[in-house]
Amino acid sequence: MGGTVSANHDGTNLLEVRGLTKIFGTLTACDHIDLNIAKGEIHALLGENGAGKSTLVKMLFGSLEPNSGEIFWNGQAVRITSPGAAKKLGIGMVFQHFSLFEALTAAENIALSLDDGSPISSIAAKARALSFSYGLPLDPESLVGDLSVGERQRIEIIRCLLQTPQLIILDEPTSVLTPQEADKLFETLERLRSEGKSILYISHRLEEVKRICDRATVLRHGKVVGHCNPREETAASLARMMVGNEVQAVERAPVEGIETAPSLLEIRNLSRKPATPFSIALKNISLDVRAGEVIGIAGVAGNGQGEFFESVSGEVQQHDAASVRIRGKNAGGLTITGRRLLGAAFVPEERLGHGAAPRMKLSENLLLSRHATDGKAFVGTGGMVKGAAVYAASQRIIEAMDVRKSAPDPEAAALSGGNLQKFIVGRELDRRPSVMVVNQPTWGVDAGAAAHIRQALIELSRSGSAVLVISQDLDELFEISDAIAVMHNGELSRPMPIAEATFEKVGLLMGGAEPGHAEHTLETA
Amino acid sequence: MDITVNILLTIATAATPLLIAAIGELVVERSGVLNLGVEGMMIMGAVAGFGAGYLTGSPWIGLLAAIAMGALFSLLFAVMTLSLATNQVATGLSLTLLGLGLSGMMGTSFVGQPGVRLPNLDIPGLSSIPIVGKLIFGQDPIFYISIALTAAVTWFLFKTRTGLTLRSIGDSHTSAHALGIKVIRYRYLAVIFGGACAGLAGGHLSLVYTPQWVENMSAGRGWIALALVVFASWRPWRVLAGAYIFGAVWIGQLHAQAFGIPVPSQMLSSLPYLATVVVLVLISRNKRLTMMNTPASLGQPFVPDR
Amino acid sequence: MMRLELVKRPQRSALFSMLSPFIAFALTIIAGAVLFALLGVNPLTAFRIYFVEPISQVWQLHELAIKAAPLILIAVGLSVCYKANIWNIGAEGQFIFGAIFGSILPVLFPQFEGPLVLPLMLLCGMVGGAAYAAIPAMLKTRFGTNEILTSLMLVYVAQLFLDWLVRGPWRDPQGHGFPQTIQFGDSAVLPELMPDAGRANWGFVFALVAAVLVWILMGRMLKGFEVRVLGSSPRAGRFAGFGLNRMVFFAFLLSGALAGLAGICEVSGAIGQLQPVISPGYGFTAIIVAFLGRLNPLGIIAAGLVLALTYLGGEAVQSALGISDKVVRVFQGMLLFFVLGCDTLIHYRIRVIGLALTKQDSAAKLEAAPKLKEAR
Repeated sequence: MGGTVSANHDGTNLLEVRGLTKIFGTLTACDHIDLNIAKGEIHALLGENGAGKSTLVKMLFGSLEPNSGEIFWNGQAVRITSPGAAKKLGIGMVFQHFSLFEALTAAENIALSLDDGSPISSIAAKARALSFSYGLPLDPESLVGDLSVGERQRIEIIRCLLQTPQLIILDEPTSVLTPQEADKLFETLERLRSEGKSILYISHRLEEVKRICDRATVLRHGKVVGHCNPREETAASLARMMVGNEVQAVERAPVEGIETAPSLLEIRNLSRKPATPFSIALKNISLDVRAGEVIGIAGVAGNGQGEFFESVSGEVQQHDAASVRIRGKNAGGLTITGRRLLGAAFVPEERLGHGAAPRMKLSENLLLSRHATDGKAFVGTGGMVKGAAVYAASQRIIEAMDVRKSAPDPEAAALSGGNLQKFIVGRELDRRPSVMVVNQPTWGVDAGAAAHIRQALIELSRSGSAVLVISQDLDELFEISDAIAVMHNGELSRPMPIAEATFEKVGLLMGGAEPGHAEHTLETA
Repeated sequence: MDITVNILLTIATAATPLLIAAIGELVVERSGVLNLGVEGMMIMGAVAGFGAGYLTGSPWIGLLAAIAMGALFSLLFAVMTLSLATNQVATGLSLTLLGLGLSGMMGTSFVGQPGVRLPNLDIPGLSSIPIVGKLIFGQDPIFYISIALTAAVTWFLFKTRTGLTLRSIGDSHTSAHALGIKVIRYRYLAVIFGGACAGLAGGHLSLVYTPQWVENMSAGRGWIALALVVFASWRPWRVLAGAYIFGAVWIGQLHAQAFGIPVPSQMLSSLPYLATVVVLVLISRNKRLTMMNTPASLGQPFVPDR
Repeated sequence: MMRLELVKRPQRSALFSMLSPFIAFALTIIAGAVLFALLGVNPLTAFRIYFVEPISQVWQLHELAIKAAPLILIAVGLSVCYKANIWNIGAEGQFIFGAIFGSILPVLFPQFEGPLVLPLMLLCGMVGGAAYAAIPAMLKTRFGTNEILTSLMLVYVAQLFLDWLVRGPWRDPQGHGFPQTIQFGDSAVLPELMPDAGRANWGFVFALVAAVLVWILMGRMLKGFEVRVLGSSPRAGRFAGFGLNRMVFFAFLLSGALAGLAGICEVSGAIGQLQPVISPGYGFTAIIVAFLGRLNPLGIIAAGLVLALTYLGGEAVQSALGISDKVVRVFQGMLLFFVLGCDTLIHYRIRVIGLALTKQDSAAKLEAAPKLKEAR
């Protein structure tokens, strides 16, 4: 491995950024950022959600225009006015939220990002060859909509590599991978470094940054707070730099005698046909969540978690009324409102547009999930909404969850991700539900808010409720769950008690393999 | 035999404007834009085509004027929806309302005036071959344009790089933007192409189909063209098939009226509209087909962050 | 090449929410002045005749109310649809079917008289409009058929159906062959509000009442909240437990009933019988009214009066200046365009990028960049 050079002192930086600033309205997303990337290094960009990482890389890739600041490429001042200009310089990007076209084939997707006029058939052949040489097998003829998240990421990476970039930017690449897939990716990255390419690696996962990165730049609130060699730091010291102070660790008291506690959420042989051509079928899922425990469901995105959440919440109803039982009553045939009235509460993955209506005020968003359960308190005779009562309740939640906002009752879209999520979770906790089902509780949420939400979920369970958490974040699940089940391709494994669970065991199940089975070496052979 | 040929010819004449307008709209929708102003652009094309032909005496100038007017009128829609990100449904509707009004005003002095007609193709020898001669070699020029257009659009969308780019924008404008594709520029061109097609279709109405100016002479054809695109699930050759089915319905009800079939003429006249509803229902029952083919970003406004 | 760029505002602008209809109206006036000048008419004279003279006397205000009533009634219903993101553009057809259903009593049973006739007619009108609107609603919920196209196609069918009725089975046998039904009896005519002052009838009162009721519904009631949630984010609406299919029916039936009521009021009040054509495009103009009123029922009252004035003004310029009455549709179309354009200002700031005459984008950007820095 030839790339352990820690810094480049002879001025041969590939990329230098001086004072780069981006302002959105009143928010300074990036505030005078300085950054150097040397040739042949893997450089980490660390920071929590909302620190300005994505804004910074969008400016480097030409999709956002800086308000001020300079960028030097090989010592030359450049203006990167469009992604096309970035590509011409030799900057490639692998997006966190993939920029792929579901209705097109992998080869067509790749062709679209290459500027030369080469025919699609030759691109397919080139992509196939390159993908095998990097151990990222890919079928160029397949429709992207049919592919798993990991496969989609391969397309993004191959697409980027085909442009023979000198700098590759990867935005949270492992968030959609199993631990084993991530290992595979690290091998690829190390190989790229040995070929002399530079990599800007964006992550908030400290262990992997320590493992593969040569240097790190840490952002907080839009500012650079430090440069360091991650190998010389501890995970705790890196976290302190990112967050600015110690984050309260989540406390989880072990539960006793859970076997005798009543099962408040029972799922029995739940199956569902795919609703759209691109969605996953659920196959015979069974699960019990008892009073007092938190069950976590791990899995790579797109393995049926969304479909499962819809089925449990009642956004989609079941033919078999006994396939979902809430507090001992058949709920499969009930709507989401009916299930809420039985004492269940739900928090979906998507905040804006699903858990909350973006252009509506917080008080109205409170009414969204509670107009029926709190019918007497919030809705008067003849269907008139009691505005004052709703407003008072929303202020109560805002206070309880420490929701930071700029106006007394702002639109949901005006809040940061973490604050909106605190409100949405708080809206349900405020009811003291007996069953709580949460999909991705802290996705895109800053560390402080995430800790707050996780602690609140544990406390809810310890007060006698059943809590089911679906998450792609394994760290989170190990932190809060009493047992972890894994969802793969619409099937759910038996929950493993937390004492027996390890990253490796869970990771193998996430990849769909039996423990001990070396799937990846087979696949790349 | 002659009657059959004549009926086939009239069906082709009735189908041609539907086909052209629908092919234009297909390209627009493939780029992710829903322009409900087809009826308005068509009627503007019709009045411009008639007017220019009537004033200059040349149907060819009329034809060019129709195309130019359609394109110009669609530009209004493009500025609104693409540069100002207005609601596409409402803007398309207002384009139709404005077109119906403007054309009526512009055409006041044309009412009752004799128009000029584009001559049919006439290749000595070939056109006089029995049956096929007239069908293949003796139709109006726009008929040939419409067939060529269908073939060209098919080739463009599915065989060229630019066509692939256009389809990708229709699938996801955010992804396209992230790759550096000029979403707005492509959409402008698509909308203007759609407008030119609708204008040409209107020109066909007032320069071939009935060479005169009658207010509201598009009679809902623009809307039927929109329905055809859905019916064809965004495939050009299926648009052609659909247009000819509708041409047949249109001509069929006219002939039925002429033959004095004992059904009220109004009921026959409403057949094309009812048929539109029926085919829309039939096609939308097939959810998978619709879902796989509908451009995913259709009708969504796009405002890039800068 | 000049380019417009939109910059999203962090919050919707309350100022432009208020101002946008007025800016749109002002822009329409400017464009109208250009239009009149092109037609060779002094714009000031034209505007006096168009906008001032038609409402300078009391009886003319009554005429304004007659024209405004159906526009307001229909637009109020449409505003609910559009807020729910459901695109009923077939109000013209629902208007016609309301008129037809409402006319069953006075046309087929003219001997039936008394105080019950009128309420029954109005009820029938609402049922007729709602029933006709139920067709696209049913097709949308059952088969997923696009409601824009079906509701519009049904307008053509309704127009032809009415044409057939008044030329065929419902034609007045004593009407000298004219395509019209018998004149409605006295108890089937919607009374005038102030017969001494002008012709305005109870239809205008219905319109105002409907607007206020829908305003309460949308702003104060859970049902209105449901409409707004489903319209702005359907997935959040489903999460709330609101059914989209039920909403499609609710919106279509409500707007259909109001359009039907407008139809029977027009026939019973302003016309007095059925004719082949009973509407100068009220169902389509109401779409403009709904948007000009910013989909707010109270705003729609004002917008309805403005659009009614465009009809009266159109008639006035036609008789005084010999300008085609099609100018009405042009005015209405322009107004809607400007309204939609100005609404952009509520959510975005508009930035004009580059005025370079070359087509080179990069050149335009370089010029624009320093301007930006100054602006900050």
